[in-house]
Amino acid sequence: MADDKPSAKPYADVPGTTIFDADQSRMGYHLNQFCMSLMQADNRKRFLADERAYLDEWDMTEDQKQAVLDRDMNRMISLGGNIYFLAKIGATDGKSFQQMAGSMTGMTEDAYRAMMVAGGRSPDGNRYRHEWERRDHRPIGEADQ
Amino acid sequence: MSAHVTATVYTSHVPAIGAAMDLGRTDEEYWVPLFEGYEPSRTWMADNTPDVIFLVYNDHATSFSLDFIPTFAIGTAAHFPVADEGWGPRPVPDVVGHPELASHIAQEVILQDFDLTIVNKLAVDHGLTVPLSLLFGQLDRGPDGGPAGAWPCPVIPFAVNVVQYPVPSGRRCLALGQAIRRAIDSYPEDLNVQVWGTGGMSHQLQGPRAGLINREFDTAFLDGLIADPVRVAAIPHIEYIREAGSEGIELVMWLIARGTMTDMSDPGGPAPTVRRRFYHVPASNTAVGHLILEDDVQRTREKESA
Repeated sequence: MADDKPSAKPYADVPGTTIFDADQSRMGYHLNQFCMSLMQADNRKRFLADERAYLDEWDMTEDQKQAVLDRDMNRMISLGGNIYFLAKIGATDGKSFQQMAGSMTGMTEDAYRAMMVAGGRSPDGNRYRHEWERRDHRPIGEADQ
Repeated sequence: MSAHVTATVYTSHVPAIGAAMDLGRTDEEYWVPLFEGYEPSRTWMADNTPDVIFLVYNDHATSFSLDFIPTFAIGTAAHFPVADEGWGPRPVPDVVGHPELASHIAQEVILQDFDLTIVNKLAVDHGLTVPLSLLFGQLDRGPDGGPAGAWPCPVIPFAVNVVQYPVPSGRRCLALGQAIRRAIDSYPEDLNVQVWGTGGMSHQLQGPRAGLINREFDTAFLDGLIADPVRVAAIPHIEYIREAGSEGIELVMWLIARGTMTDMSDPGGPAPTVRRRFYHVPASNTAVGHLILEDDVQRTREKESA
């Protein structure tokens, strides 16, 4: 398998990051196409009226459906969701892109916004997975303030 | 006389910038520094409005779902509606295309071995309309608050896949720009064309690392794009991801525009003049970068006729 070669996915060692590559895209096809359907106002209304019934119209895995119901963005991404598609769920819920992005960091909305205004999350200490492992998985920028 | 590239323009295309303009929030403290930064550019643009803009951008799961994922797509239609991205369409005019020049570019670029996808039906999203708003400013609205009037010139949308990895390499994008330049040069009508590269700069919208900003990388990218684009074009995918965030990889699109400048097709040709350079953090989750590079068209023509 190509996955076994260390050079196949050099981005695998970037912490807190899932690259939407061919494997993720294949896994997430139906999840992402469900998201696309929310670009139509009628579908947004139908989804909000009965989320479970609407999701059952799609050939998604149970895990994917549950992640949508839970609005668990990190889980949706791990199951093949792409942020630009998942943003349609946020729009349906009336959330801004910043609220959506912030929700994946474990930070509060205010703390995330303050971090961005202060110049964003530094790349220092956030380039390699081993840098996070040394810090007990704690992204730099989260709890230092 | 033929068509000619007079300038290239580079800018981030953050959707929140469009929302701030559409909702009348540009006077808020958060947004003032950003819009002030574009004020001189708007003045320059008013004085230098081209006949056509060739606008390199990316679609954000708007017109291209996972059903079709073209790496390079050129809009050859006469008309491009403004998309509803889930919050309702932006209250800005639909985009008028330039089918004759677009079709000519498509043909000439494919003959140079770049396999473009030709698109005749395309709703354009914030990736295309936010740069227009940033450079042309707030347009008049109709009595109902909806769009009125028109953009100052036709626009040829050129969409690049930067959503699904792997995106085209920087080197490929620079070479594509060179091919587009040759195609524009061979169009037999005297047209002033600007090429815009949009997206970036550093940002990451997903995962626990969301919010990454790398001012040092962005500054070096701007320096290099101006003075040494061949070196910048060699930046590998992994470096964008690690240093500029997973969505920072959009910056490869700037290299398409840079490739259309004279010094890229003529190694002895004049380097472009920097008319504007601006950098600001943040707009929502993103570092905003902006450049205007002008070509010395007069000098190029004198050289050609000599």
